[in-house]
Amino acid sequence: MTDASTKQVQPRKQGLSRTQKRALSRGAQYALFVAAVVALAVSADWARLKNQFAQADLAEQMFPEIITLALKNTVLYTLSGFVFGLVLGMVIALMRLSPVGPYRWVAGIYIEIFRGLPALLIFIFVGVAVPLAFPGTEIPGGTYGKVALALGLVSAAYMAETIRAGIQAVPKGQMEAARSLGFSHARAMVSIIIPQAFRIVIPPLTNELVLLFKDSSLVLFLGVTLEERELAKYGRDLASQTANSTPILVAGLCYLLVTVPLGFVVRRLETKAGEATR
Amino acid sequence: MSGRVSDGTEDMRVPEIEVRDLYKSFGDNEVLRGIDLEIGQGEVVCVIGPSGSGKSTLLRCVNLLEEPTKGQVFVGGTEVTHPDVDIDEVRRRIGMVFQQFNLFPHLTVTENLTLPQRRVLKRDKAQAARVAAENLERVGLSEKANAYPSSLSGGQQQRVAIARALAMGPEVMLFDEPTSALDPELVGDVLAVMRRLANEGMTMMVVTHEMTFAREVADRVVFMDGGVIVEEGTPARVITNPAHERTRHFLSRLLDPAMADVEEESAHEAEGEGEKPHRPN
Repeated sequence: MTDASTKQVQPRKQGLSRTQKRALSRGAQYALFVAAVVALAVSADWARLKNQFAQADLAEQMFPEIITLALKNTVLYTLSGFVFGLVLGMVIALMRLSPVGPYRWVAGIYIEIFRGLPALLIFIFVGVAVPLAFPGTEIPGGTYGKVALALGLVSAAYMAETIRAGIQAVPKGQMEAARSLGFSHARAMVSIIIPQAFRIVIPPLTNELVLLFKDSSLVLFLGVTLEERELAKYGRDLASQTANSTPILVAGLCYLLVTVPLGFVVRRLETKAGEATR
Repeated sequence: MSGRVSDGTEDMRVPEIEVRDLYKSFGDNEVLRGIDLEIGQGEVVCVIGPSGSGKSTLLRCVNLLEEPTKGQVFVGGTEVTHPDVDIDEVRRRIGMVFQQFNLFPHLTVTENLTLPQRRVLKRDKAQAARVAAENLERVGLSEKANAYPSSLSGGQQQRVAIARALAMGPEVMLFDEPTSALDPELVGDVLAVMRRLANEGMTMMVVTHEMTFAREVADRVVFMDGGVIVEEGTPARVITNPAHERTRHFLSRLLDPAMADVEEESAHEAEGEGEKPHRPN
């Protein structure tokens, strides 16, 4: 016993103290970082990189079309998918909370399936499988309709779970108060519960909007006309035409132009919601 | 106060609330075990009893927030428990006030009063607004008309909740421990509003721990324990001079020190059994 304890103490006395060790370890990490940056800076072919990624005239050529066409389409695809997904998600959330068993099961199965599948597969399904399986069926709205359907199907599954959680987060007393005033269950849901639930789910739904904004790039796999191109497709087309990566970089910046502020808004909303519930 | 007979036994008119042989179980837990109760028009009945005695459940069975396992409830001659009854229609005639107020936090005070009128009673905007203003005045909160519930004190919120129920023009008011969630200094305002309501002749069923209120305002006091009505009668009879051991025991633990001398005797008797309020030393 005493042996063990002295053995434990001794090495520390001979070696470094804990603070010293920590300082050493941190120093090593800084050194590694600086070394990596320097190695990268030295080894990189800057002229070539500049030529590949930052050709100012090529970037200039992209304006204003990348905004007026590509970004506009990205926004349109995202919003149409979001609205469709929100409506469908709302219905599925209410089915999930229904006292009728089969509704709950159908909603549960839907959610499991569409959360478990890659979004890309859904796009391929909507773009290729549906027209093949049901010849002559035309999804209304052309590409816009297809994208709204594909994005909506995917996002509805996530939004349904978010909305369900939001509805369940509204205190039980609210429903009881509404019922005691003579509201029917459905009317109480619409007038009292859902408005409160939406306040709760605005931050996660905005987050979902950001995800959809990025997922709209999967339109790439649907085959679109020139006028229907969105940011990713637009950037890729130009990149292959010019054999240069600058358009990709510019398209990427356009995404960030929207996603970064939106992400900021989400965090603000979350903080505010956190304060409100305290 | 309401000029009603307070012998609490027989009543000539059709009772406003009638409960017949009511049972309620939650799973294996039998909360109500055969309740019979009549409340006459304009009568104020306070239901008292230890927590878990089933008094809140009884109250919630009157407007069917809880569905009874067995038995019947009548309100204003309508059988609430009848399978074909339009419960939403019946509930419009029954106002309810909750322990936790349950105001709608996303609406202003006025909107809390107008939305139910408009959605449920289909009143037009002007009429709903007028009724809302009248009832806010009734509870002394006209100046808070445009405030949100979160900016009000608990006592103010509860008074708004009472005004919200009154705006629907109910025949009966149910109160489920309306002052239990309030800081002591805010209880008085709420009780004052309830007292005024009682004086105006409203039929009221009040689950409460406020013995002073029960003593002064109630026509009748009902003491419940273990899912049954142990005794009922005038406040003077039940509170000041309880006939049953269980009532005495309950009251001795509840009454504040100022009342202790009145109850001293029974309090000491009650301490002989069960959990004790304070150890005899």
